[in-house]
Amino acid sequence: MTTETITKNQDVPDYNYEIVRMFVIATCFWGVVGMMAGVFIATQLAFPDLNVEPYLNFGRLRPLHTSAVIFAFGGNALFATSYYVVQRTCRARLWGGDGLAKFTFWGYQAFIVIAAVGYVLGVTQGKEYAEPEWYADLWLTIVWVVYLLIFMMTVINRKEPHLYVANWFYLAFIITVAVLHLGNNVIIPVEWLGAKSYSVPSGVQSAMIQWWYGHNAVGFFLTAGFLGMMYYFVPKRAERPVYSYRLSIVHFWSLIFIYIWAGPHHLYYTALPDWAQTLGMTFSIMLWMPSWGGMINGIMTLSGAWEKLRKDPVIQFMVVALAFYGMSTFEGPLMAIRAVNSLSHYTDWTVGHVHSGALGWVGFITFGALYYLVPKLWGREEVYSLKLVSLHLWVASLGIVFYISSMWVSGIMQGLMWRSYDDLGFLNYSFVESVVAMHPFYVIRALGGLLYLSGALIMCYNFYRTIRGDVAVGEVDKDGNPRQPRNASQEGDAALKPAE
Amino acid sequence: MKNPFKHHEFLEKNSIILLIGIILTVLVGGIVEIIPLFRKETVIEPVKGVRPYTPLELAGYNIYIREGCYNCHSQQIRPLRDEVTRYGHYSLAAESMYDHPFQWGSKRTGPDLARVGGKYSDKWHVAHLIEPRDLVPESIMPSFGFLMNNGANLDMRPHLETLKIIGVPYSEDMIKNAEKDAKAQAIGEPRGDTTGLMERYGEKVNARDFDGQPNMISEMDALVAYLQVLGTMVDFEATKDVDPSTAETNMASKEE
Repeated sequence: MTTETITKNQDVPDYNYEIVRMFVIATCFWGVVGMMAGVFIATQLAFPDLNVEPYLNFGRLRPLHTSAVIFAFGGNALFATSYYVVQRTCRARLWGGDGLAKFTFWGYQAFIVIAAVGYVLGVTQGKEYAEPEWYADLWLTIVWVVYLLIFMMTVINRKEPHLYVANWFYLAFIITVAVLHLGNNVIIPVEWLGAKSYSVPSGVQSAMIQWWYGHNAVGFFLTAGFLGMMYYFVPKRAERPVYSYRLSIVHFWSLIFIYIWAGPHHLYYTALPDWAQTLGMTFSIMLWMPSWGGMINGIMTLSGAWEKLRKDPVIQFMVVALAFYGMSTFEGPLMAIRAVNSLSHYTDWTVGHVHSGALGWVGFITFGALYYLVPKLWGREEVYSLKLVSLHLWVASLGIVFYISSMWVSGIMQGLMWRSYDDLGFLNYSFVESVVAMHPFYVIRALGGLLYLSGALIMCYNFYRTIRGDVAVGEVDKDGNPRQPRNASQEGDAALKPAE
Repeated sequence: MKNPFKHHEFLEKNSIILLIGIILTVLVGGIVEIIPLFRKETVIEPVKGVRPYTPLELAGYNIYIREGCYNCHSQQIRPLRDEVTRYGHYSLAAESMYDHPFQWGSKRTGPDLARVGGKYSDKWHVAHLIEPRDLVPESIMPSFGFLMNNGANLDMRPHLETLKIIGVPYSEDMIKNAEKDAKAQAIGEPRGDTTGLMERYGEKVNARDFDGQPNMISEMDALVAYLQVLGTMVDFEATKDVDPSTAETNMASKEE
């Protein structure tokens, strides 16, 4: 061994990429499962005969969809990227050995399966995004503590003096989700051998705690964690430093401080005391600023490299993600104004809002990160086909447009129909008339979801070919240089022939 | 000019301090918004009539959660003109104070159910749950016919005991008679004896064969019993005379 390789080995530690590869595959798998569940339940709302009682009724499948996309797809993506980013930016191999990291992988997949089986069988706590019963929650707590430990100890073992900004966000995500999970699951089981439990707080108190949790599952799971992703993968792919270091400091601390207060905007005009509602509204509107700080920091990272936005569909994914982030974090504070909320609450507008964030921001930034990551992890120059990446981008974007515009129309229409009066002071519409009016929009929404799912399937195919080592015909790399087509299976056959 | 961000370097180099800083930062909002709500006398208005669920209603509440009804139905009427016209008096904090957890919901794919109790007959509910489109052709609600064939959980004693630990004022008598009360409520007079049930939970309790199947106490019985009590507990007439400044709170009267 030469001196040169020895120095090199000391400089670049032997990172644990295997665990990242495992989480990447799980991300793709659960993404497809969760989106399929979404398309199915969306179709159920348009065509109720698709409900199959009792196991495949909407009420049991809706938590399956939300958990599969948030916790299974999103969660695995966060595990994958956080394990990758923390190693690379700390120049340290994951702490605790490969076995411990694998424990978090299998432990987390087990949690997903335990929770999902429970939903279909009707085992639920009945709190949105916190449906898993106490035994699943306990198991998740163990897995999560190990995750925190691995992440934190890797950070402590770092060879870099400074902790890179992406890691602040990942750290805030991991620790706050732990706090929220414990805070919202204070329960007492009926029997130690039974699934059923009752939450200790009741009524107003349980509502406030649930939406403190619920809103910050959005704020910390779906925002802080994915901002961590953004802060690493956007600069890497753009080959530019983060736009502003100072903005990231202001953005980070104001975001995590303000987000946690916003929960009561889910509870306007309810029995929650007015002072709490007003606090929630105030902070929800303030939240606009740090959110846009993050968006600006991400998009402006491309300054001086705007031509990449024209050539590279992976960068396009990331920038569209940031645009959706900006859009939904503007829409959010708008809907958190009490007067607006009196119309939008309980309607499909909320569903559309969530999906512009989930499909546009969370989904797209994940796809962007995965398209960067997969070739790196499997030792390929680039993905099998950047043209397919572009196709995915447009199919998925079209899907989102179908989804959110149909939900805007149906949501606002619903809200207006409910409060519509005739000249004599009677309500204009019975409830079911508003249900009938939703039908075409539910069909369009399901179609939008189907397009988005198709995009994810294109991505999976692209990854399959990338991992096999193929390069599509007529491909150029991200800088526009032509690439040599390659088909690993044919070459494999060709290589076998002389041996025969 | 001094660089105000200079000191941030300290946090970036000391990850434990950063971690502690994050925890403290995210705790503030939750503490300010949640802790004061546990001074329940400032949150839950004094009203008359709200009682804990009977064992059968509680079994129904559990089915409501199990089937995910909260995904499409809210139980929270807002004090807005159209909602009060459509659904009735706006919801009071006291009305969900024995719901562990609350079932206010967040979406009205179907109508609000906070005051659905007594608005429709048992027969309507049963037929509607079995096949919603038989009664409301445009409905998109799933069917729940299987509830007719599932026996209800009548062994509610452990449930009452659990809820008592976390503050629901079930008496020893109620706990001891949980199963008996559940049966009596689903059978009703004259085939059953509801005297004990009424003594423990009040004269207003609905006790009858909800699902129209005299030979079994089904999950349909339990769910309909729960739906029929929703929003009917508060005695608004009696509550009119309560002076909030002098009234005993629900929390205090619970101790009696």
